[in-house]
Amino acid sequence: MPDFTVLTDHWETFLLGLRNTLLASLLALVGSFAAGTLIAVLRISHWRALRFLGTVYVEVFRNIPLLLVVYGFFLGLPALGIALNGFVSGTLGLIVYTSAFIAEAVRAGILAVPKGQMEAARSSGLTYAQAMRRVVLPQAVRIVIPPMTNQFLNLVKNSSVLGVIAGMDLMYYGDIINLETYDTVDTYLFVAMFYLVLTLPLAYTSRLLERRLARGG
Amino acid sequence: MDFKQAYSADNLMFLLEGFGMTLRLALLAIVLSFIVGLLVGVVCYARIPIVSKLLGLLVEMVRNLPLLLIIFFARYGLPEFGIQLNLFWAAILALTVFEAAMIAEIVRSGLRSVDRGLVEASRASGLGAVQTLRHVVLPIGLRRMVPPLVSQFISLLKDTSLTVIISLAELTHNANIIMGQNINIVMPTLLLVAALYFVVNYALSLAARRLEVRRHA
Repeated sequence: MPDFTVLTDHWETFLLGLRNTLLASLLALVGSFAAGTLIAVLRISHWRALRFLGTVYVEVFRNIPLLLVVYGFFLGLPALGIALNGFVSGTLGLIVYTSAFIAEAVRAGILAVPKGQMEAARSSGLTYAQAMRRVVLPQAVRIVIPPMTNQFLNLVKNSSVLGVIAGMDLMYYGDIINLETYDTVDTYLFVAMFYLVLTLPLAYTSRLLERRLARGG
Repeated sequence: MDFKQAYSADNLMFLLEGFGMTLRLALLAIVLSFIVGLLVGVVCYARIPIVSKLLGLLVEMVRNLPLLLIIFFARYGLPEFGIQLNLFWAAILALTVFEAAMIAEIVRSGLRSVDRGLVEASRASGLGAVQTLRHVVLPIGLRRMVPPLVSQFISLLKDTSLTVIISLAELTHNANIIMGQNINIVMPTLLLVAALYFVVNYALSLAARRLEVRRHA
């Protein structure tokens, strides 16, 4: 049987970690959705240079470890005179990394909007930027929202890298509790339980949305 | 930024040693997690009473936990159960367990995507359940799984960087040690390390895209 005093004695510390994990994941979701949409628009731009820029961003950040991106903010920026704490560095790292994946999802969403929509908007006098912003993107976003549940789930799991750079998340506070109790098994059992409290409902919702989408409802 | 100091012969050698460890780690974990994931995925697909349900629950649990937590547990939690592994094998065990769960889900849904009619036709022409699986469902399903499998392998290679938490001497860990020497060599080191990860992963994704194109051609 697990030793529940680990849980009851450090209840507030666990909750603080849970809150920060959730906060970092939420901030990163919003940030990377905005950045990802921008990159997706670059990826389908008429200008070759912009397209190239978008493609390089996506390919680079999809193919290097998240931890390196986080180190870029946490260890790299101080060399340039900018010192950020673990939570901020970690969240920025999550945004930069995740936006490459979200950009691909949004791009697929934009391409799924029938071409006639853009043409009709343009022929009724809207500029390309207006048509994109008012006609195509709102429809694309509706296609892209369901898979975001899955991105959020990944963010919750990935936010654990904050623990490596003292980012005050669940993993970090787990470490603090572990150093106090010397009960590694029970401490991390409860840390795992707190992660599952966040991720399992997300996994369930994601599957439900997928099934509904497959049925075309 | 001091590129000359960062890329000294000693530092480069140390990084290459780490890179060698990263590749060894990734290769072995890819092979092991593919074997385990395939077996578990097939069992989950086969709907063997109780066994499939239990394995399915386990897969769902592991998939929804942060890998970082699993790596930490393999190193510091397992000894409390009398299982003492060295750094390398603790990392291999954690990576295999986590990635096998991810692969099992890819395999299960890949097999389920095979047309029911084919299965019924095969059974009606006298093949047993195992024969149908081996000669009909697996060959068709496996071909469909290639793209998600390759992106899982790329994830795995990136994920090996998370073993910094147990101080295994792979690329990210060695880079960390070098970066601790001097703040001016942090960015150059991060760039080089990113390039090393990128080259392998990008080659993998290009190879996968090639396979895809050939199959559709």
